[in-house]
Amino acid sequence: MANILSIRGVERRFDTTLALQATNLEVAENDFITVLGPSGCGKSTLLRIVAGLDRQTAGEVLLDGRRIDGPGADRGMVFQSYTLFPWLTVLDNVCFGLVERGLPREQQLDIAHGFLAKVGLKGFDKHYPKQLSGGMQQRTAIARALANDPRMLLMDEPFGALDHQTRELMQELLLGIWEEQRKTVLFVTHDIDEAVFMGSRVIVMSARPGRIKLDRAVPLAHPRHYSVKTTAEFTELKAELTEQVRVEVRAAQATMEAT
Amino acid sequence: MKPLTPVSPGARIALGISFFVVFVAVWAIATFGGFVQKTFLADPLAMLKSGWVLLTEMGFAKDIGMTVFRVVGGFLIAAVIAVPLGVAMGAYKPIEAFFEPFVSFARYLPASAFIPLLILWAGIGEAQKLAVIFIGSFFSLVLMISVTVGNTRRDLVEAAYTLGVGDTSLIRRVLIPGAAPEIAEQLRMVLGWAWTYVIVAELIGASSGIGHMITDSQALLATDQIIFGIIVIGLIGLASDLFFKWVNRRLFPWAQLGR
Repeated sequence: MANILSIRGVERRFDTTLALQATNLEVAENDFITVLGPSGCGKSTLLRIVAGLDRQTAGEVLLDGRRIDGPGADRGMVFQSYTLFPWLTVLDNVCFGLVERGLPREQQLDIAHGFLAKVGLKGFDKHYPKQLSGGMQQRTAIARALANDPRMLLMDEPFGALDHQTRELMQELLLGIWEEQRKTVLFVTHDIDEAVFMGSRVIVMSARPGRIKLDRAVPLAHPRHYSVKTTAEFTELKAELTEQVRVEVRAAQATMEAT
Repeated sequence: MKPLTPVSPGARIALGISFFVVFVAVWAIATFGGFVQKTFLADPLAMLKSGWVLLTEMGFAKDIGMTVFRVVGGFLIAAVIAVPLGVAMGAYKPIEAFFEPFVSFARYLPASAFIPLLILWAGIGEAQKLAVIFIGSFFSLVLMISVTVGNTRRDLVEAAYTLGVGDTSLIRRVLIPGAAPEIAEQLRMVLGWAWTYVIVAELIGASSGIGHMITDSQALLATDQIIFGIIVIGLIGLASDLFFKWVNRRLFPWAQLGR
């Protein structure tokens, strides 16, 4: 399979601090890559560079062989904060990118209704974002990103602000959609369970300056039921990752205390 | 009473009306009780009587019409220029850097101090009245709008970019709709200021309008007429304010949510 995304020697410097050091990553079509790391390790920075919302100070990012130099509809993004447009209904939020593309209204509605049904929000199309719970808002945000049919989906701790139970349901929902569509995903999180359960590949980043320290394929078959979380393969990989992340969190704290 | 606990709608209206009653009662006691001389303060009944005479025999309705026309005219001219300029300043930082220092300076120029100059330039006709209102409201309005637009949530802007919007689309589909309810509130507030400026403009060199009637009455020591004029201004102001609030609620139902 051809690689959809190539990150080559990408580095990000903020004034004098190096946030991300020469990072290489190849993402294959249909991959679901989860990125783990201590806070401040540059994992969100890496994602934002791929989204075109931030600019690397060295290196390049290629999507389908073309250099990325700004945000675009080919990379859909779901943020940790609730970013639905509060003046638009759920339906019009999902149609936002389709309006931009100039699709006829009927086609927009067809697509939007389809994705709203997929994320379990049938019947909520006329609600405004403020009338929805956090989980429902994030589900709408996922539908909005998918409706635009991007080449890949970038997710920056999308369930980070949700309570534990909602978060687990959201993981299953997103995984279900992915198993059906196989849209390439780059997913940043600090939750190890989430990273193993969702990912087909898990990447661990080191403490600042961030770089990729570990890259593991997840040996769990699809479709995954939430009960895989209790299997030996799951707990084994989780234990290894926990250890690796812990070392980095320690290192991050040590540098914090030193400065 | 407990701090910040809401009051029921019925009680709210009753309380609001009862202060008007208290106000009129104190006024009535002060005047009918002979505590204040008639020359300084007319009693409520005399005020109503002379108000009736003003309206039926002295063509006061025409004065009211003139004043309303001036307020609305001056306000509309200010708004029509201030809204696009404010949006442009909020969206584009070089435009803001160009205008903002001057507008901040001009905002503190007292509109009433311009009246002698404006009479010199524009005579004592309508242009002069409209100019006073324009100077009094335009500069603050521009600044408030530009700040509101400039404060658009950055995560919404980023989300829009990842959905494929370009720069003009961002202004049209994100910056303006997001700022619209606040801009509408600012317009409502500035309309209130316009009422103050119109009366000042009419006190000097006018041959019609509520302010003109008030100056005429001063020469005759007709405090009943002066008070009637002031109350008319208050009532029209209150009515226009309620109307504006109602329109804003209808236009931006989403902005009322979660308050």
